[in-house]
Amino acid sequence: MDETRIQDRGPAGEPSLKELHEKSPAQPSDIRGGVHKTLPHDSAARHVSGMARYIDDEPELPGTLQVYIAMSSRAHARIVSLDLDVARRAPGVVAVLTAADIPGQNDYSPVMGDDPIFADGFVFYIGQPLFAVAAETLDQARRAAALAVVDYEDLPAGITIDEAIAHAEAEGRDLLPSHTMRLGDADAALAGAPKRIRGRVEVGGQDHFYLEGQIAVAIPQEDGDVIVRSSTQHPSEVQHNVAKMLGVPDHAVTVEVRRMGGGFGGKESQPALFGCVAALVALKTGRPAKCRLDRDDDMVMTGKRHEVRVDYDVGFDEGGRLQAVAFDHFVRCGYSSDLSAAIADRAMFHADNAYKLPAARIHSRRLKTHTVSNTAFRGFGGPQGMVGIERVMDRVAFEAGLDPLDVRKANFYPADGSGVTPYHMSVSDSVIEEIVEELEASCDYRARRREVRAFNAANPILKKGLALTPVKFGISFTTSHLNQAGALVHIYKDGSVHLNHGGTEMGQGLFTKVAQVVAEELQIDIERIKITSTTTAKVPNTSATAASSGSDLNGMAAQAAARTIKGRLIDYAASRYNVSAEQVVFLPGRVRIGNMEKRFEDLVGEAYLARVSLSSTGFYATPGITYDRETASGTPFFYFAYGAGCSEVVIDTLTGEHRLLRVDILHDVGQSLNPALDKGQIEGGFIQGLGWLTTEELWWNDKGALMTHAPSTYKIPTANDRPDDFSIRIWEKGRNPSPTIYRSKAVGEPPFMLAISAFSALTDAVCAAGDYRVFPDLDAPATPERVLMAVEAVRGR
Amino acid sequence: MAEPIRFILNGEERAIAGLAPTTTILAYLRQHAGLPGTKEGCAEGDCGACTVLLAEPDGVGGLRRRAVNACIQFIPSLHGRAIETVEYLGRGGLHPLQAAMVENHASQCGFCTPGFVMQLYGAWLTGALTDRQSVKDVIAGNLCRCTGYGPIVDAGLDLAARPVPDTRAEDAALAERLVALLGGEMFHYEAAGGAWCAPRHADELADLYASRPDARLVAGATDVGLWVTKQHRDLPVLIDVSRVEDLRHIEAGPGRIYIGAAVTHREAASHLAEVHRDLGEMMRRFAGYQIRNAGTVGGNIANGSPIGDLPPALIALGARLHLRKGETARSVPLEDFFIAYGRQDRAPGEFVAAVEVPTLEDNQRYFAHKVSKRFDSDISAVMAAFLLTFEDGVVSEVRLAFGGMAATPKRAAAAEAALVGQPFDAAAADRAAAALAEDFAPLTDMRASSAYRLKVAENLIRRFEMELRDNPPARVSLAREFA
Repeated sequence: MDETRIQDRGPAGEPSLKELHEKSPAQPSDIRGGVHKTLPHDSAARHVSGMARYIDDEPELPGTLQVYIAMSSRAHARIVSLDLDVARRAPGVVAVLTAADIPGQNDYSPVMGDDPIFADGFVFYIGQPLFAVAAETLDQARRAAALAVVDYEDLPAGITIDEAIAHAEAEGRDLLPSHTMRLGDADAALAGAPKRIRGRVEVGGQDHFYLEGQIAVAIPQEDGDVIVRSSTQHPSEVQHNVAKMLGVPDHAVTVEVRRMGGGFGGKESQPALFGCVAALVALKTGRPAKCRLDRDDDMVMTGKRHEVRVDYDVGFDEGGRLQAVAFDHFVRCGYSSDLSAAIADRAMFHADNAYKLPAARIHSRRLKTHTVSNTAFRGFGGPQGMVGIERVMDRVAFEAGLDPLDVRKANFYPADGSGVTPYHMSVSDSVIEEIVEELEASCDYRARRREVRAFNAANPILKKGLALTPVKFGISFTTSHLNQAGALVHIYKDGSVHLNHGGTEMGQGLFTKVAQVVAEELQIDIERIKITSTTTAKVPNTSATAASSGSDLNGMAAQAAARTIKGRLIDYAASRYNVSAEQVVFLPGRVRIGNMEKRFEDLVGEAYLARVSLSSTGFYATPGITYDRETASGTPFFYFAYGAGCSEVVIDTLTGEHRLLRVDILHDVGQSLNPALDKGQIEGGFIQGLGWLTTEELWWNDKGALMTHAPSTYKIPTANDRPDDFSIRIWEKGRNPSPTIYRSKAVGEPPFMLAISAFSALTDAVCAAGDYRVFPDLDAPATPERVLMAVEAVRGR
Repeated sequence: MAEPIRFILNGEERAIAGLAPTTTILAYLRQHAGLPGTKEGCAEGDCGACTVLLAEPDGVGGLRRRAVNACIQFIPSLHGRAIETVEYLGRGGLHPLQAAMVENHASQCGFCTPGFVMQLYGAWLTGALTDRQSVKDVIAGNLCRCTGYGPIVDAGLDLAARPVPDTRAEDAALAERLVALLGGEMFHYEAAGGAWCAPRHADELADLYASRPDARLVAGATDVGLWVTKQHRDLPVLIDVSRVEDLRHIEAGPGRIYIGAAVTHREAASHLAEVHRDLGEMMRRFAGYQIRNAGTVGGNIANGSPIGDLPPALIALGARLHLRKGETARSVPLEDFFIAYGRQDRAPGEFVAAVEVPTLEDNQRYFAHKVSKRFDSDISAVMAAFLLTFEDGVVSEVRLAFGGMAATPKRAAAAEAALVGQPFDAAAADRAAAALAEDFAPLTDMRASSAYRLKVAENLIRRFEMELRDNPPARVSLAREFA
């Protein structure tokens, strides 16, 4: 089409059919970048060349203030006095702000209203924000903050789970109400079981260690409005909290994020704090304000994965078949609620993992400690719950004298759909038996089991362990209303597409996948689609990009938006060229209208001239999600994702050092939207899970100060912790029986829990160190120290 | 007197004046040079996101290149050097490494990626990328939280398979420019109330430091950098010893190695590996590659950390420390240098000049083992190094040195006494292990508990004995068999 025809206010006219026929489009057989294709991350070329911009990389506006947040040095105390006079007079200082300066609510919590932006009268953990200093430079702000004089009156502090239990008994209540799930009569079944064992496993927390620390930049606007650039998985929540803090409607606040340098759940509820502080400074001073955390401050100030103690009581028979299981979860929540209720729930929802429990009682207590408020982290409690049942499997196998894999297989949810979870949901899509069969064969499990035994018999110092563990992970937010998403698609008159949705990009490749969906829907090459920053101004009321749901929800929403516009184009073409709607077919890069073909952009240009709307929102709500807390029953998940991992380890019984020697993974992603991105999630999730269960140890001193608050002391895996012998396969037979976006399955969180195979393998190796006579109560993370102490224990020393 | 810092950034000559000497290279790049591709992940040299490539004249007409952590290097250290950032590497389209990273899906969030790119690129240029293990060792100081590393290693291997271009001509030209920028004299920079001097000869250093004993010596800044970025200390006067030619020598003479204080860990590593394989393995796991490229042997000793890896390893060997103050030189046994926590046998204005390390005699057996939570780039929970001298089948002399067990690197006198004059058998090892409780009452902290430290220390004596047996039990050491 002639370019001038569609210029604004230019000469418009109807192109003749003859003209169109002369420009018959090329006829490619496929588009570039549709669904199920391996494509690089949309930003990959920018990542590798340093051109991908993160918030701190954006040029600062003139006059931008740097903000430092001063922190509590006491775990639990009353603030007797807070003298900020000297700090206010320090060089470069423009503002010092406290709780008293907050015009609206002093709270940045996601749900319960118990996370003060600045401490007000009391402090509840070391690292809690006290006040903010805004200065010309960050160094000036930090130095000024150090001049503040804080007088505390110490109060009793509970740091550990034991202290938290004692504290709760003294107060007569936990941080949050406990919750119980029941299936059948667990007590009767336990009492009647041929064998019964009780035990405990302690599962430590984890720092997210996203490489990009928390950051927010606030830019004041006219009329008291503010724009906040926030490294957040949850722009709508930052928006809402900033508005709540300022006492203005949500419409006065716009939150935007193009990409995060990692999130992993740590940027779900936590970024609201920094958004609020930056916005407060901006509104009080009228200047742009940046609040960027140093790594140590970030690790001290922000929440982590919940530490959980799991007590188990299991009844089983000689064949290792479970009769009943009772779990007691003791969840270390930290000082406030944050998302702990839902996280502790999800630990319960995964206390069965892939196993059909004939009878179960799962009880969960949510405990308050005077430590940072723990928060979302990949798996959202699920991994902790799963470690409990996998420990039970290893223990039952030991007591029954069976191979742990045989015990696992004897208890899987069957494929026939007859399994019911402890929360009374039918497991109708179980493929775990098939996946495990396939992996067992491909990783040569039985032969390697014999080799491991032979190695251990021949080697007194080094001991090997082997384990194959399954994963079944429920997909959906268990808070039902969060299962919704919106998108906004524009097609410009040149045929280029602007894509926006409520999901955020933290490295997982969501933006690429959603663009693939839109490319597929419109049958255009993906290069035509511009992926744009997430902003609350385009798509409102979004849920966090979390719960592995990003592509399930936003892919559907974007597809709906594209479909709406496509429908209008079809209607236009059918009407204009007198064909039926069925005769308008979107082919790669072009549209067939009856016997004629037009390039996509030509049809779009025509439709524009014919005054067809080329912009649409899209919306999606996952159907059928329910959960009734009163009865602890429902269908909290749309479907389950499955996978299995086999790990082989070797330990040094003199030092407790260990190495992961080989990993084999078979994982179900349904029909993958993008196999390369999915494999990236699987490998990355596994290694992150490995770190959680082996080297990543959070260590508080007796005053409640976190002493592992930098990479020098907090050890996430390096390249040398990944075994060279590492096979990752996407399960080719994977299909999603639930109608998800192109029948794919979520993949963000489930592979994290495949690393439990490494933890079980370590347990197996420690067991070998005692010649398989005593079962080891190895806790996580299985640091060299914990491994050595467990070895000493099984050897009776 | 004061001059600007003159250097070459991404091919262009730059001069810095007015910025405090303790401004980090990273802060300069991001806040002043408009180059935000280099990232801050930790500001302590532990994550590698800030990795840039430094080049300096190698003294024989070419360039010596090394990747360093920009987050803890100070800008005056750039004087007379060239620096390349990720933006420069991709200036003419993606470099083959960058293309390989894209093809292998080696980035997810992308924040750590520029650091990996510069680290792998630098290692490739210097011939350090050979096989899979070398790639992993090279990036052990780069943390990625997303990928699980496999795709990055694969991209590194793709690069390793490519021939390194012959850049001798360009290197020579650049070296010439840098020599001119550096000049022949001591460099002196002052700004914002801070001063930086970079003497060129030990005599100059001795004079300067004797007259300004309040100055802080800095070489690789792998420790001092953190005093600024983490402790926010003011360091008004800094003396850069990394330009002092006579502190940068290694002499491998018969019976001993003489290592100048400003020799980097990576330069020293190959020489130490020749003394004993355990020293080579320890150096492979000593911090991250970038830190080994910058940190110095002298610095690791002079800072007196109770958890430094080199002091125990060298104390066991019977190393002597050479010190100098003004015109006066002296030497002390290395173990005597460490007096108490944070206190060394070093007078104001006195500096470590070199460490002299004896090599092994035929009748000596050596063992060193580092125990840490994570294998690579971690600080030791326990560092143990042992040397036994045998005469007629009995131990005639013994040196058992430990880090992480006390407030200083320390020998285990009681355990040593339990070994001397006897054959080194399992019973003797047990007796020595039992005696360790008299020598040490280690701390419990975030790295390890007291009980674990003591237990591991005991077991390492036992392991040494097993390794020396004529018929050792199969596969004694995880580090050897499965590293």
